[in-house]
Amino acid sequence: MLYREAGDFKTSYVDDGQTFPIRFDRWGYYAVLAIAFLVIPFVINDYWANAVFVPFLIYAIAALGLNILTGYCGQVSLGTGGFMAVGAYACYKLMTSFPDVSIFFHVLIAGGITAGVGMLFGLPSLRIKGFYLAVATLAAQFFLVWLFNKVPWFYNYSASGQISSPERTVLGYIVTGPNTHAWAKYLFCLVILVLLAWIARNLTRGSVGRRWMAIRDMDIAAEIIGVNPLTAKLSAFAVSSFFIGVAGALFFSVYLGAVEVGEAFGIQKSFLVLFMIIIGGLGSILGSLAGAAFMVLLPVLLKNILVGQLGWPTDLAAHIEFMIVGGLIIGFLILEPHGLAQLWRLTKEKLRLWPFPH
Amino acid sequence: MLDAGTDGYVTEDGRKIGGVLMEMKNITLRFGGVEAIKDISFDIREGEIRAIIGPNGAGKSSMLNVISGFYVPQEGEVWFRGQRRPQMKPFQVAAQGIARTFQNIALFEGMSVLDNIMTGRLTQMKSGLAAQTVWLGKAQREEVANRARVERVIDFLEIQHIRKTPVARLPYGLKKRVELARALAAEPMLLLLDEPMAGMNVEEKEDMSRFILDVNDEFGTTIALIEHDMGVVMDLSDRVVVMDYGKKIGDGTPDEVRNNQDVIDAYLGVSHD
Repeated sequence: MLYREAGDFKTSYVDDGQTFPIRFDRWGYYAVLAIAFLVIPFVINDYWANAVFVPFLIYAIAALGLNILTGYCGQVSLGTGGFMAVGAYACYKLMTSFPDVSIFFHVLIAGGITAGVGMLFGLPSLRIKGFYLAVATLAAQFFLVWLFNKVPWFYNYSASGQISSPERTVLGYIVTGPNTHAWAKYLFCLVILVLLAWIARNLTRGSVGRRWMAIRDMDIAAEIIGVNPLTAKLSAFAVSSFFIGVAGALFFSVYLGAVEVGEAFGIQKSFLVLFMIIIGGLGSILGSLAGAAFMVLLPVLLKNILVGQLGWPTDLAAHIEFMIVGGLIIGFLILEPHGLAQLWRLTKEKLRLWPFPH
Repeated sequence: MLDAGTDGYVTEDGRKIGGVLMEMKNITLRFGGVEAIKDISFDIREGEIRAIIGPNGAGKSSMLNVISGFYVPQEGEVWFRGQRRPQMKPFQVAAQGIARTFQNIALFEGMSVLDNIMTGRLTQMKSGLAAQTVWLGKAQREEVANRARVERVIDFLEIQHIRKTPVARLPYGLKKRVELARALAAEPMLLLLDEPMAGMNVEEKEDMSRFILDVNDEFGTTIALIEHDMGVVMDLSDRVVVMDYGKKIGDGTPDEVRNNQDVIDAYLGVSHD
C-alpha cells in the first residue's frame, strides 16, 4: 500500500533512470544512511566495531569489486586475496615512506596500484574464459602471496616478515594503530564504502556498465555491435582491482593492524569473497552488501547464540558453526540460486501488489 | 555524396537508389580446405534493399560475416563508401556505421529491453571512465541524449510496453524485434539482417516485413538481408544475389532472378556436373 509506484510519474529520462525510482525505497535509503552516519558512531564500542561493522564494511568493498569483474563483466577471478595483499602492501609502503600524508590518500593510491597489477593479470582474459581464466587468476593469487613473502623490501626487512600499521590520521583523527577509537575506524571505512558504492552504481548504470554486461552475456555479439573487448575487459579488471586493493589496504591498516600475508590474504580469502557475491547476487550492488553482511554477521551471530546463550564449549561451537553456515549457504542457494538480491527483488515485486494482488 | 554514386537507378515503385555504398570484389573465403565463398563480387547501393538468397550451406551467412568483419577473406577486397576497407575488427566495422542482427538471436539475456537497445548506441557514447564515475554532468547528459534516440526506435517498432522487461522473459517474435531495435539504435548506414523472419508465423512475418520497409523508407537505411522465405524476399528486395555452393549464380531484380535457369536448377536440386 505504502510501497507503490502508482501516481509516481516520471516526466524526464533523468527521473526514470534514478537509482531508487520508488519513493518508499528512496526514503528507506536515506533512513539507512542517516542511521549509519548519525546514530551508530555515537553508540558503537570496540566489540561491535571489530567483530561486526568494520569487517562488514571492508568485505563489502571487496565484494563490490569482485562483483564488478565477475557479476557485471563475467570474468571469474580467484585472485581476490592476492589483489587485497597488493593493496595492503602498497598501503604499507606508502604509509612508511610518506608518513605525513593523510592515510585516506594512501588507501586510494594503494587501490590505484592494485588496479595496475589487476590489469596485468587480466591480460589472459583476452584469450581464455570461464574455468580456464579462473585458473589463470589462481596463479596470480599464489604468485602475489609468494612475492610478498620472499622479497623483504615489501615488509621493510622486518625480522618477523610481518607488516604492521603505524599510527596515521585523517583530518587530525587517528584511524590506524592501537590507539584508534572505534567510531573513527567505523566512520573512515563507512565513508569509503559509501563513496565506492556510489561509484560502482554510476559505472554500472551507463555506457561502461553496458559494455561490461554485453561482454558477460555474449561476447561475440558485443564485439559486433561495437564493444572493444580489450578495453572493456581490462577496464573491468582495473576498476575491480581498485576496489579490492582499497579493501585490502583497509583490511590491513584499519582492521587487523598487523598482517602476515599467507595467513591474511590466502586463497581462502578469495573464496570467501566469491561466496559473498554468489550468495548476495551476481551483478547487483545491493547483493554485494547483502552477501558481505551474511558471511560476516552469521558466524558472529551463531557464536553469540551457541556460546553466549546456550553455554556450549567454544571449540564445539566453532565446528557446529561451520556446519550451520555451510548448510545455510546451500539452503539459500537452493531456495534462490540468484542470491539474496533476487530474493529482495521478488519481495519488492510482491509488495508492490500487496494487499490487493488482483 | 559518394564518388561512385553517379549511376543510381529508380525502382518500380519509384524510389531513387543512389550510388554504390558497399562493393565486394572477388571475395574468396576458405576454412582449411573448404571454400565457403568462391570469387564473388557484388555491390550494395545506397538506399536499396538487397537480398542474398540460396539453399542451405550456400555461404550466405559467411558473406554477411565477411561484411561485418567477423571473417577475413583470403582473397578479394571490401570497398565501403568509395574506399577500400583495411582489415578490421568487428567493433571497428560497427563504428563505421554497419549494424546487424543474427540468425540465432544474440541479445544480452541478463539485461532489460531498454538496456539491450541502449547497447546499440555504444559506438556513439564516448564519455570515459572518469566522467562515468562522477555520473552527474557529461555522462548523464550523454545518457539522456542517447535515451531520447533509443525511445524513437522503441516507438517506431512499437515495443514501448516491454521497455523494462528482462529480455529473457520475452517470446521469440518480440526478441527478434528487440534485436532489430538494437541494430537500428546505432542509426547505421548499412543494416545487415540475417534471416529476420526465421521461425515466425505469417502475422509476425508481415509485421517484420512492414518494419523493414518502413526503416528503409523513413530512415533511408540501406539494408542487406538473408532470407529463406521466397515470397518475402521477392516482395521486399530491389535486387537479389543468389548463391549456391559458395558461387554466385544469379544477380538482378527479383523478376530476373526468378526466371534465371541456374537459380531454378539450384532450388529444384538439379545435379551439378
